[in-house]
Amino acid sequence: MTADAAVQVRDLHKHYGTLRAVDGLDLTILRGETFALLGPNGAGKSTTIEILEGYRRRTSGVVQVLGVDPDHGGLPWKARLGIVSQSTVESDQATVRELLTLTRGLYPDPRDVEEVISAVGLEKKADTRCNRLSGGQRRRVDVAMGVIGRPELLFLDEPTTGFDPEARREFWDLIRSLKDDGTTIILTTHYLDEAAELADRVGIITGGRLVDVGAVDEIGGAEARRPVVRWRTEDGDRRTTVTDTPASVVAELSAQAGGEPRDLEVIRPSLEDIYLTMIDATSKDAA
Amino acid sequence: MTAALTTAAPVRSTRRPTPSPGGVVGRCLRQIRFEITTYARSMDTLVFTFGFPIIMLAIFTSAFASQGTIPNPDGVGAGLSVGAYYLPGMVAAGILLSGVQNLAIDIAHEKSDGRLKRWGGTPMSPLVYFIGKIGQVIVTAVTQTALLLIVARFGLGISLPSTAEAWRTFAWVWLLGLTTSCLLGIALSALPRSGRTASAVVLPITLVLQFISGVYLQFNGLPTWMQNIASVFPLKWMAQGMRAAFLPDGFSQLEVGQAWHLSQVGVALVVWLVVGLVVTRLTFRWIRRDA
Repeated sequence: MTADAAVQVRDLHKHYGTLRAVDGLDLTILRGETFALLGPNGAGKSTTIEILEGYRRRTSGVVQVLGVDPDHGGLPWKARLGIVSQSTVESDQATVRELLTLTRGLYPDPRDVEEVISAVGLEKKADTRCNRLSGGQRRRVDVAMGVIGRPELLFLDEPTTGFDPEARREFWDLIRSLKDDGTTIILTTHYLDEAAELADRVGIITGGRLVDVGAVDEIGGAEARRPVVRWRTEDGDRRTTVTDTPASVVAELSAQAGGEPRDLEVIRPSLEDIYLTMIDATSKDAA
Repeated sequence: MTAALTTAAPVRSTRRPTPSPGGVVGRCLRQIRFEITTYARSMDTLVFTFGFPIIMLAIFTSAFASQGTIPNPDGVGAGLSVGAYYLPGMVAAGILLSGVQNLAIDIAHEKSDGRLKRWGGTPMSPLVYFIGKIGQVIVTAVTQTALLLIVARFGLGISLPSTAEAWRTFAWVWLLGLTTSCLLGIALSALPRSGRTASAVVLPITLVLQFISGVYLQFNGLPTWMQNIASVFPLKWMAQGMRAAFLPDGFSQLEVGQAWHLSQVGVALVVWLVVGLVVTRLTFRWIRRDA
């Protein structure tokens, strides 16, 4: 196994009776890397993450997280992790500051409480009981709880659900600063722009397997990233062509039309387009 | 999220970990303070667990004020007011509520709303967590018992024991009863399937126990089969031990076997303490973890 890997997974299986939630998954995440795990609901993302976090036990396979098998991870191992689970805690009677101060005391080398409160933008709510915060503010508390211990490895399971666009941008800035700090980050999200913005590499998981993994600008292969030219004919029909030479296609079109082709677009597939194409293809394979 | 986390990271291997202030003891004390703070903010707990025995004692004393005194069975000593006779039962009920009812409902809620899972993802030791809970129970139960006795003595004019021996009995029954109740509360928290049903599962158990264990109804007036059922559970023994501490000796004639049987009280509570310990050890998980 690679020495500079934060996470190593070989042939991971998690079965519930006949259901194979995770079915032969391989994954390596390097130290200092931000890795986004993408996939539809029920693909096995959260099951995989919870196995890495030590919350669930695997059926079979080899798993090493920071060099430790999560099934045998003790408290010193947990002190090196930060976990932001998918579900938000809603009923804390404690204030933001009380909760963070208590949690801080559990770690050997934690961050400063006030620094973390301001990093998640809750300065004005620091002495408010958590159960009186809005959903988005409570999510910020979850994130603050995840980073207070200065983790080497941070799990973010759909962290920005319930954030408005501005809060999401601010959260991205926070994640970038953690990344600059050397933190390894594993992110699951349904927002593909978020993955494209933050991740060094993404992995796409469907049916309990990793179907592709690569840099954000390489995933899906060259074919999936070929530009698309779209326009309308004089009859109003929509036409689409996939090409490696969009400029010459456009030149040809404008020559034919004797001017500006109607509704002309040149589209470079976004991560979202590539992702949807891949999910579509694998679900057709399965059918 | 206005400011980013700007601290530059020194190379990890050279960073000297700063141990948390106060070490393990400090950790436990902070946990207890945290639990007490959040307990005090929960209104329904304050009414139905903390205040309940005091409210019930006040109601009993006023409702039965006209019924005069319960005569001393030895025919010589002074009789007792209804309030005075029921005070030890209320003290015992307070211990049960502070331990069993409070912890079972509280921990079941924490489990279902994700707070336990969140602690499970931190280097929180289950032992520190339990010490926080038990510390909270001890502090609130001391306050509760003290308030109950102050209200009984100065509000309702009930005289309290005057011998050192009676207070010694009170002290060990209280301490052993509360420890047992804490462990049984933690053990019972595994039973409710969700936070919403926690009160519905736990309250009937503690309420029925209070009625059959001689807290609200005189134990020797209950049918034998009910006495036998009650004798299986710890509250009957806690109430009996408290009566031994609070009531004049002549009243032991009203007990099963016409004596206080304090050694049986001790044995029954220790057995339940061990049961609570074993069940907690076997069932407590931060999350409902699958195989």
